[in-house]
Amino acid sequence: MSSIGTGYDLSASQFSPDGRVFQVEYAAKAVENSGTVIGLRGKDGVVFAVEKLVTSKLYEPGANKRIFHVDEHVGMAVAGLISDARQMVETARSEASNYRSQYGIPVPLKYLNERVSMYMHAYTLYSAVRPYGCSVVMGSWSEHDGPQMFMLDPSGVSFSYFGCAVGKAKQAAKTEIEKLKLADMTVKELVKEAARIIYLVHDELKDKQFELELSWVSKDTKGRHQLVPRDVAAEAENHAKQSLADIEDSDEGEM
Amino acid sequence: MAFMGDVLNPLPLWQNGPTPGSFYNFPGNASLGPVGRTVQDFKAHSANPITTTTTVIGLKFDKGCVIAADTLGSYGSLARFRDCPRVLKVNDLILLGSGGDYADYQYLKDIIEQKIIDEQCIGDGLQLKPKSLHCWLTRVLYNKRSKMDPLWNNYVVAGIQDGEPFLGAVDKLGTAYEDATIATGMGAYMATPLLRDALEKGPLDEESAKALVRKCMEVLFYRDARSFPRYQLGVVTADGVIVEEPVELKHDWTLAHMIQMK
Repeated sequence: MSSIGTGYDLSASQFSPDGRVFQVEYAAKAVENSGTVIGLRGKDGVVFAVEKLVTSKLYEPGANKRIFHVDEHVGMAVAGLISDARQMVETARSEASNYRSQYGIPVPLKYLNERVSMYMHAYTLYSAVRPYGCSVVMGSWSEHDGPQMFMLDPSGVSFSYFGCAVGKAKQAAKTEIEKLKLADMTVKELVKEAARIIYLVHDELKDKQFELELSWVSKDTKGRHQLVPRDVAAEAENHAKQSLADIEDSDEGEM
Repeated sequence: MAFMGDVLNPLPLWQNGPTPGSFYNFPGNASLGPVGRTVQDFKAHSANPITTTTTVIGLKFDKGCVIAADTLGSYGSLARFRDCPRVLKVNDLILLGSGGDYADYQYLKDIIEQKIIDEQCIGDGLQLKPKSLHCWLTRVLYNKRSKMDPLWNNYVVAGIQDGEPFLGAVDKLGTAYEDATIATGMGAYMATPLLRDALEKGPLDEESAKALVRKCMEVLFYRDARSFPRYQLGVVTADGVIVEEPVELKHDWTLAHMIQMK
């Protein structure tokens, strides 16, 4: 690593001579170590899927969730340090709440994303703080704006996406997402694809156990962000396991 | 006679000294002494409601509760606003009705709605229960009245608590009670006897409870000068909360000339 020992990687308030801020890059590294998170934007809503790595058998099922509600209509899936991510969720919630009390309507995702991004960015400017070690994906659906999805980096940069992936296997996940015709698909179809992709990119050798978290916000949920109902999620998960088994079978057949 | 100055409004005899008859206020002590106090140091409190709504009726039946309230916002005796809905679905377990100052209701409504969102964000699937909201309202209203700045409302909380119907009231002083029938404002005088009478004759089902409440709304419309023929009805049962669209009640004043006021 070119940054180590140069003295420019100790503070987020100083550039290196070649114009980089190493603390921010290290924060991005923290995100790359976490379980994969994907967000898919279809024609009638947004689906989140998270590969939540379970690091100990002693955790209860469902502990340390990585998908959060920000407001009735906004969901947030997070990758990276969970404690940092929870703070981002809290920030987003108070922004959404303030907007609602000021203007009496749900906060538009575009505006919420802008505010949360500004907050994230502020932590890349000072020597006294460290950047957030997390990336977040926010999604919503409304009659007026349709489906919307944003992903936000530790650097404070954010973009709107049709499909995005972050975490350990983001490259593999992105390759899979690119094969989908996102704009033509409904959330019901996307949930299956999302589950399949998470199962596909999961590395069984390195990380043994994981839990699949699924949530959506769509026209069918009346623009409310909800965890995918248990039966639908179970069906998607079975479909994912089945298609993974099919691939393995065909691999063996070739050999 | 210009040298005499303004004869009608003479300057004070001397300045910067103690006011005759008062304590001397030492320099540097301006804000502490009684002289330093101005009228602005005293806070003005709301002493009366502005845009008001009238009666709310609440009634328990065997499997739930029903709430009704008209949609009039009065400005004193002026019937000013005709669409002031005040039967609120709080969540799947709670129905809330309010009478009194409409702005105060809107203020508290926003706070309650945010409470519900905060709760949904926790994501454990648990919901606020009616007894808890009722108790919370008593705390908020009592606290405000203790600051001599009450929220000028009557609240009726109806809901399902652990499978059983719940009906409770809180007034602007934080006084709270539970009952099988609740009517606030003028309704306390004119609807309560009708409701209690019907309840004494035997248990009510949903249809008879709704019919009874509709009858009370009609009586109140004829007798309460701050009422309105357009009202909303809400029902809460174990199946959930339904707030109906406002309905017009039919009224007939052909008998009015028979009534002789002496």
